[in-house]
Amino acid sequence: MTGVRNALRVALRNGKLVAGLAVVLALLLTALVVPATIAYGPNEYVGPAAAPPSAEYWFGTTTFGQDVFAQFAYGLRATFLVGLLGGGLAAVIGMAVGFTAGYRGGLVDEILNMITNIVLVLPALVVLLIVNAYLGVRDVGVQALFIGLTSWPWAARAIRAQTLSLRSRDFVDLARLSGMRTPGIIVREIAPNMSSYLFMTFILLFGGSILIAASLDFIGLGPSQGVSLGLMLNNAARWSALHLGMWWWFVPPGAGITAVVGSLYVVNVGLDEVFNPKLREM
Amino acid sequence: MPRYFGRKLLIYGLTFFVAVTINWMIPRFMPGDPVQSMLARANIAQPEAVEAMRVHYTDLFGFDLPLWKQYANFWAALFRGDLGISIWLFPTPVADVIARAVPYTLGLLLPAVLLSWVAGNRFGAFAARRKWLDNTALPIGYLLTATPYMWLAILLAWGLGVVAGVLPVAGAYSFAIQPEWSWDFAGSLLQHWLLPFASLFLVAFGGWAIGMRNMIIYELEADYVRYLRSLGASGRLIRRYAFRNAILPQVTGLALQLGVLVAGALVTEIVFSYPGLGHLILQAIQNQDFFLLQGIFLFIVVGVLIANFVIDVAYVVVDPRTRVGMGGAA
Amino acid sequence: MSLTVTDLRVHYRTPRGEVRALDGVTFTVADGEIMGLAGESGSGKSTLGTSLVRLDGRMRHVGGTVELDGVPLPVADSAAMDRFRFRAVSVIPQYSMSALNPTRKIGKMVAELLASRGERPDRAELERRLALVGLPPDVLGRYPIELSGGMKQRVVMVVSTLLNPSLLIADEVTSALDVSSQKAVAGMLLGLRDEGLVTSMIMVTHDISLVYQIADTIAVMYAGRLAEKAPADVIVTAPRHPYTRLLISSLPEVGVRQAERRLDGIPGTPPSLLDPPEGCRFRDRCPLAFDRCAERPPFAEVAPGHSVACWKAV
Repeated sequence: MTGVRNALRVALRNGKLVAGLAVVLALLLTALVVPATIAYGPNEYVGPAAAPPSAEYWFGTTTFGQDVFAQFAYGLRATFLVGLLGGGLAAVIGMAVGFTAGYRGGLVDEILNMITNIVLVLPALVVLLIVNAYLGVRDVGVQALFIGLTSWPWAARAIRAQTLSLRSRDFVDLARLSGMRTPGIIVREIAPNMSSYLFMTFILLFGGSILIAASLDFIGLGPSQGVSLGLMLNNAARWSALHLGMWWWFVPPGAGITAVVGSLYVVNVGLDEVFNPKLREM
Repeated sequence: MPRYFGRKLLIYGLTFFVAVTINWMIPRFMPGDPVQSMLARANIAQPEAVEAMRVHYTDLFGFDLPLWKQYANFWAALFRGDLGISIWLFPTPVADVIARAVPYTLGLLLPAVLLSWVAGNRFGAFAARRKWLDNTALPIGYLLTATPYMWLAILLAWGLGVVAGVLPVAGAYSFAIQPEWSWDFAGSLLQHWLLPFASLFLVAFGGWAIGMRNMIIYELEADYVRYLRSLGASGRLIRRYAFRNAILPQVTGLALQLGVLVAGALVTEIVFSYPGLGHLILQAIQNQDFFLLQGIFLFIVVGVLIANFVIDVAYVVVDPRTRVGMGGAA
Repeated sequence: MSLTVTDLRVHYRTPRGEVRALDGVTFTVADGEIMGLAGESGSGKSTLGTSLVRLDGRMRHVGGTVELDGVPLPVADSAAMDRFRFRAVSVIPQYSMSALNPTRKIGKMVAELLASRGERPDRAELERRLALVGLPPDVLGRYPIELSGGMKQRVVMVVSTLLNPSLLIADEVTSALDVSSQKAVAGMLLGLRDEGLVTSMIMVTHDISLVYQIADTIAVMYAGRLAEKAPADVIVTAPRHPYTRLLISSLPEVGVRQAERRLDGIPGTPPSLLDPPEGCRFRDRCPLAFDRCAERPPFAEVAPGHSVACWKAV
């Protein structure tokens, strides 16, 4: 337990980690709490058209009189959801492939490696464009599913490399000698020994999913229902918010995405410093 | 080395095969009759166009043929360079539509990628040496890589285009002039190119700078640097070695980032109505022009594969270890 | 007097406080002397070795002086030390296998290293020295990855001694090798001194039986301080410090390798160097401990060339 407490103490002293977490948590709180406090839906026409930010409508309104702040809060929700689901699925696939390839080696490794490399060189967004355009994507869950299915390869590669270096360690040999089976060894011996690494990989996948989803939404291939930050940018661009000078329409959604992803990256740097004491000296 | 390239080419060949197969499969997995729903959604007024398309699609999909035959025909058409006929610009062949847009995308993408890579690496290595610069540059770099390409594009278009009014924000050249070989036209091209280029460049620059900074710090911790330091080697020599070695993962990173960079170029073009592939994609989606979309997909995949191969060759040039037959990181 | 170290203190900065890795070390190494520096891991022997060349980022010079050939070494000032590194004091590091830049051919790296120190590479001399350690001249045209671990280590031996340093620190150079290679490497180190390529040498090791074969003197460290220094055969046959005695008696016989681990034969563990106790650091484990051990014993000469830090030995 002192180890955990020690790690926590170091973590709380890391400015990057604390600042990044603060921003992420504030935005997460906004996404979770604010929609419940707003009486109308994000796409309802509630206010005056094209009004700049005011006390009533904090982020102003769209050309159609929708509340930009309401859209922002709901959109953040979609952003976190797609990051969690897409990043989570990619992490699960990446771990499954990476652990198996790295631990089993041999032919299994060859085949998994081949698949990983193929998915790796396929440009994910362009594949998603085709899939979404044909199959149509109605909700965030389906979008996240497709994102997860295309964005795991680099994680699999990284996890495979880590597994390879752990495979020949004494404690793994010991587990093998004591008759533990492969899944057990992976779950109980290998994964815990790289848990910090896995967590940081998940954070990067989380951020990556958000950025891909935003691009898809912006192109107009996002979920056909609901609202997202990318869709807000799409609408703002489509209805000439730029030329009408309605900056309050396109600044918040982009700033929201940048803030979430950027602070996640900063959290990752902080975590890296906490887990690898050497970096703390720099 | 032949083994190294052999493996790479095998992977690229398989990837191409997978991409073509996805392209062939997706319309067939689409619920309902793809020809009918495409025609319905295409929403085209000219009846002769509708009929011609119906014939074309039915012929191309060949639903009455056995599946393997459909698949073989698909490949055969592909090797003839036949990507189908565009619906949006009916009856222009998809290949021609793409060929017209490609120069714009490449003109945007290649300079932005290469310059951001070179500049980002230099800046990252420079920042790693100075603590104050490192502390200020690092957060900015992370902010830049976290920025969605289209948002930075929108901000630049708004700030420099709409508010300041110094640069045009739409198209590849002024609507008032015709494409021709003249200084006027070249100037107009350049003017319209600047903002999309800048937004692509900036986001990518942030990523490369951070990557390089981290790699340099990692290299400066390496044993060979410790050894050189304990022999009193000059800081210049040590920095040169560290930079040289830190470049290697950045070359690999270039290959890994290609997909993201292409995606960035596509959405940036959409923001600026820049007539490249991204703009075409938007038109294809809005006009339900699936042939165009599929053609662009294949084209981009092939482009990315070629770029990957070029990077592989470059890697062999910069990493001597691949040449002595010992593998290397790529 | 080649090397004189007086009351050297070097601390490590850690998140939990300062670790006193070297806490007042005094000794001399004569011209032509090969001194073995032995001790358990964590005793400070490696810290002592690296302190004489280059303090790393977390090490801090707290006190004491180092003098080499009558000139004080500015161990605390890394920039000022550069003048002495390689020429006056050089090192064969523990990590020899990874000490060479992987993307440079060895010959080119050596040339660039020498150029950065304002020296001209002498190809013929370089090849002669490679031959001394049994390497063909064509290794200069190869990348480190093309060499075996043993070859890389021998390359490092040659590179480190190219400028004929007055003092060479060999830091655990044999720990990664098998027994027969260990003997070969030890023989080569001896050769470096006998050929006059280095004047004197400190060989840091946990393996007394190996260092005994080539060392003129052996110094034993315990918990950041020197316990004993004497001619090699005196240390092995007639040690005076209780710790040295236990250390020697725990060796099954000379020539058999001792694994790097805490001594099983001595109950207890060395004290934490975060906040070490006053007095003799060995007293909690020492069978001979008595009241006076609460006071720090001086590192006193009990016979010519034989110093011991123990009240019982005086």
